[in-house]
Amino acid sequence: MNGHRLAPWAAYAFVGAGALVMLAPFYFMFVFATHSRTEIFSLPPPLFFGDDFFANLQILTEKLPFWRNLGWSVYVALASTALTLLFCSMGGYAFALFEFRYKAPLFALVMATLLLPTFMNMIPTFMIMDALGWIDQPRALYIPGAASAFGIFLMRQFVMSSIPKDLIEAARMDGCSELGIYWRIVLPLLKPALGTLGLITFIASWNNFIGPLIVMRSPEMYTLPLALRSLQSPVNTEWGALMTGSAIATVPLLVLFALSSRQLISGLTSGAVK
Amino acid sequence: MRPPASLSLSPRWAPYVLISPFLVLFLVFGVGPLLFSLFLAFQTWEPTAGLQAMEYVGLGNFAFALQDEWFWKSLGNTGWLAVASGVPQHLVAIPLAVFIHTSFKHLRDGVIGAYFLPYITSTVAIAILFSSLFSTDYGLVNVGLGALFGGEPIDWLGAPENIKPAIAMIVFWRYVGFNVVLYLAALQTIPKDLYEAATMDGAGRLQQFFYITLPSLKPMIFFGVTLSVIGGLQLFEEPFILTGGRGGSDQAGMTTAIYLYRMAFDFNDFGAASAMSWLLFLVVALLTWLTNRAFAPRKGSA
Repeated sequence: MNGHRLAPWAAYAFVGAGALVMLAPFYFMFVFATHSRTEIFSLPPPLFFGDDFFANLQILTEKLPFWRNLGWSVYVALASTALTLLFCSMGGYAFALFEFRYKAPLFALVMATLLLPTFMNMIPTFMIMDALGWIDQPRALYIPGAASAFGIFLMRQFVMSSIPKDLIEAARMDGCSELGIYWRIVLPLLKPALGTLGLITFIASWNNFIGPLIVMRSPEMYTLPLALRSLQSPVNTEWGALMTGSAIATVPLLVLFALSSRQLISGLTSGAVK
Repeated sequence: MRPPASLSLSPRWAPYVLISPFLVLFLVFGVGPLLFSLFLAFQTWEPTAGLQAMEYVGLGNFAFALQDEWFWKSLGNTGWLAVASGVPQHLVAIPLAVFIHTSFKHLRDGVIGAYFLPYITSTVAIAILFSSLFSTDYGLVNVGLGALFGGEPIDWLGAPENIKPAIAMIVFWRYVGFNVVLYLAALQTIPKDLYEAATMDGAGRLQQFFYITLPSLKPMIFFGVTLSVIGGLQLFEEPFILTGGRGGSDQAGMTTAIYLYRMAFDFNDFGAASAMSWLLFLVVALLTWLTNRAFAPRKGSA
């Protein structure tokens, strides 16, 4: 434990200064959200909170269908989370406790796509959505997302480590149907893993930019990140309003992180740490 | 509630029922697009012309990409960014993790949380914030630098030579905490008696770091660097926001992912864009393999 106590005070200073650098941008995002464009771009720039939050919000709702955009973000994130939890828990349970044809190669294929770069799917996804007539449809965002390789990985790991096969056998002996076993025994036992996957899926959907960039064409259908980006222009960007929008997009993430940082951190690094 | 009789089949069929919703989506939206993009890489096609207007062009798209000056430029930018944002992450994350591991007890979770927070945050919101922080005349970065060192304000986002460092700083900020968590997990697996034995033998703290800690972290360094390389070569959102979606002046901030997006959606050449995505994929695969070779623990060690 005392292996390398490299002068503790130097360690505290290094770690503490780093932590400040990590947190400062969030502070300034919220400070700028309460200032007008002219105040943000003045010398010195504002370092403390101002009182233009509602004025900025006013500009935001004039320039964008902001509440609709916010609504789509919430709707897509919730739908995506619900579908992912359902499909990945079913699939993960099947991969963990059943034997079936082509199981091993299929699982290998699913895991291989975990490392697949996102840019590979950008162009063909647009073409498929175009062919299906799903351009400007929220389902173009939450339905493909439900086929999460990471979700399958997480669920399978959890089932294998915490649901004994004997329990399933016993339920079968007692005459419980296969889907009954999934619904009444497996799903309740999966709760912790469902929580982790749910948080991760919600956050990923909330932050998703490339997906909506490719399939959403009309501003009324934009999710929040895309709507905010559309406010950027080479001249006359409404920086105050843009900061207010960014801050509003960030608050739910901070709340979720405050409530469940341990669960989130271990879930998001589980692929690399295990 | 009783499930329909057709679904309460034998355990033999249950896995197929359980897996089919995932599998259908996986094949239609995961594997399908991938195969289709491979097919598309050998076609010439513009979306306005309709699907029947595709035409087989052999390796034409690949030849076009390899002779395209902007494609090479974007590859150079991407490589620069992957290295300049990736390597410092690990150089900083390792000492940070060691310090947190050895010197923090009560504040540990809070500190880890502070470092991890950027990782879960909205890239777009953060990139928008940073584009104001990096503004030349009024941005806090230049105001801070001017107060500390004086000198002329730096044109971060306008001058071609500055935009890549600006992007690399944001990427560094966003991912360093993720790596800290990886290294903390690895540090916990090093047996304490190794350090005790070393102390008995009179090894100093720096010696212990270089002869015990660093070699024990080697497998995690391999994982972490591989993840950073794969991630760095995919950079899209940060440079996209910082350059207004066009790649910046002199295309200095244009990564390959941005270029292939523009090739498809701005220049309407879906075939060439697909070919480029496969070329970039080859680069990612090759570099992953090389990192693997360079860092993989050799027999007998670790």
